[in-house]
Amino acid sequence: MMILEKRQQPSPIWSLATPVLAVILTMICGGLLFATLGKNPFETIRTIFLDPLFSEFAWYYRPQLLIKGAPLVLIAIGLSFGFRAGIWNIGAEGQYIVGAICGAAVGLAFYPANSALIFPLMVMAGALGGLLWAMIPGILRVKFGTNEILVSLMLVYVAEQLLASMALGALRNPEGMGFPGSRNLSQYPSAANLELIAGSGMHWGVVAAFVAVIFAYITLSRHVFGFQVRLSGQSPRAARFAGVNPGLLVLICMGISGALAGLAGLFEVAGPAGQISIDFNVGYGFTAIIVAFLGRLHPVGILLAGGLMALTYIGGEIAQSNLGLPGAAIQLLQGMLLFFLLAVDVLTHYRVRFGKVGVA
Amino acid sequence: MDLSSINPVLLFASLMVAATPILLAAIGELAVERAGVLNLGVEGMMITGAVCGFIVAVNTGSPWLGFVGAAVGGAMLALLFGLLTQVLLSNQVATGLALTLFGLGLSALMGQGYIGIKAPGFPDWHIPLLGDIPVIGPIVFQHDPMVYMGLALVGAVWAFLKYSRTGLILRAVGENHEAAHALGYHVIRVRVLAIMFGGACAGLGGAYLSLVRVPQWTEGMTAGAGWIALAIVVFASWKPARLLLGAYLFGGVTVLQLNLQAAGLAIPVEYLSMSPYLATIAVLVIMRAGRAPGSLGQSFHASR
Repeated sequence: MMILEKRQQPSPIWSLATPVLAVILTMICGGLLFATLGKNPFETIRTIFLDPLFSEFAWYYRPQLLIKGAPLVLIAIGLSFGFRAGIWNIGAEGQYIVGAICGAAVGLAFYPANSALIFPLMVMAGALGGLLWAMIPGILRVKFGTNEILVSLMLVYVAEQLLASMALGALRNPEGMGFPGSRNLSQYPSAANLELIAGSGMHWGVVAAFVAVIFAYITLSRHVFGFQVRLSGQSPRAARFAGVNPGLLVLICMGISGALAGLAGLFEVAGPAGQISIDFNVGYGFTAIIVAFLGRLHPVGILLAGGLMALTYIGGEIAQSNLGLPGAAIQLLQGMLLFFLLAVDVLTHYRVRFGKVGVA
Repeated sequence: MDLSSINPVLLFASLMVAATPILLAAIGELAVERAGVLNLGVEGMMITGAVCGFIVAVNTGSPWLGFVGAAVGGAMLALLFGLLTQVLLSNQVATGLALTLFGLGLSALMGQGYIGIKAPGFPDWHIPLLGDIPVIGPIVFQHDPMVYMGLALVGAVWAFLKYSRTGLILRAVGENHEAAHALGYHVIRVRVLAIMFGGACAGLGGAYLSLVRVPQWTEGMTAGAGWIALAIVVFASWKPARLLLGAYLFGGVTVLQLNLQAAGLAIPVEYLSMSPYLATIAVLVIMRAGRAPGSLGQSFHASR
């Protein structure tokens, strides 16, 4: 008989070991999954986790790691504040879309003017767009007590419709022969988010992601706001006594996550994606939730987890084209990772004892 | 625009059909939440049910077996959630999200060979006598059996929670799990069973989409229906009767916007398509939710 015994303190060793254990378990189960799909499990696992870094074409894939990792890390850092405080912003995907629309709209409004001010303005508009979109569930929760999980998620579907209407209507390229999609921002020098060092994948979004990691680390470990966030998550009642304003905390946490998600969207639309199109969003906002948990809501952990997740995206694409692995298998692998992580997390908070325990 | 092209009888009749998948998923989730468990994975269980039901129905040619397969598929996925949250004591919010992400991936993988196939037909019942009543007959009594199954399920859950002893135990577990445990009830067992019932209902709701409403399999076809079901449970203050109102309200908005799209209203299609989601938000804001079950969302661990 297996019995769980609550630990007095979460185990520091297990809290570091569980993400690694979860990744190993995911590789084993993923291997079984690939085997049932008729693929060689070892080859597939190697293709997904190692080839992007060490194969002969790695020079092409390594920059991709930064390009795919940056939005994930940026969004996950924002989400981690709220998740720590028990504020569940699930709609980062929507804030990402709205940030991209607002930023791109500002850039397109100035087309074809040339000025060094356009890109900074777009960055501000992107952050503001995401922030305002996240304020909707935030304010509704503070004013009316509505559930922010449901409202932020509903707004993802609204944002997707808004994206479609923008790509087909207001932001459509007037010289695009009627095809949906905006002008290509990456071909408009004043608005483009180009690589800072050619061939490295390093663009402004990557810089912003690193800055966000450092900023979040300092805020959470050194600033009183970080303390309030952690306290509210662990004991809302104690936080109230310590003078934390719960409504304000909700708004700030939603605001941070919305602004960072909006930024991620703007950097994506002005750089790698290039334009507002109907299928612009690819689910970074949802994958970032996995990244935040995999990184244990810690900035450094999120950085590593974002890298790993980017690896599965790129490795998944390689496996798709080289081995004919279905794209959905990668999505399943990512979901599996989160499952295993939550499952083995029990070891952090509980001690497992075997054998019969007598009645105390 | 030609509003006269909208036939009110057809509008109300399709309202009942549009509300059914959400009603099915929501009544299951209501039972789960009354047992004190918040399962945010309804969307994932629905889409898994949709694909399981579709695969079984296409391969056997029987929509009825499809619905059985969908219920089993949904319940299996829910069991995974039960294992994680009840035995391994994981956070219910995070696990529910994981279930949705996992379900979306799983269903996309399972449904690969089934895109573009039509589901076997599921004929409507024309209930004798009642179905012949003018106006009311076509609106209420000429639907497929699953519409009535959904209504019956709502009634059954209502009666179960209100009148049966097991229902009382389930509510006790949901209101105060410590007290229920002290009285000797098996908190974990009750909750796992409730979670599986919720999964089966969500699976049925998903299969209704893929077998009757659409009736085809496309990736991500539930498009937030599971989340709307969750919202409707809050709207209904965890009471089965009000669940009907919420589901029909939502079904009404969905059908109306589709009809307005068809009638060529001057508003772009995208803005009309937003309306069900916006209506859900509006309803969440306007309706003050009643009191939630006392132990909702908390893990139970019997300490010794």
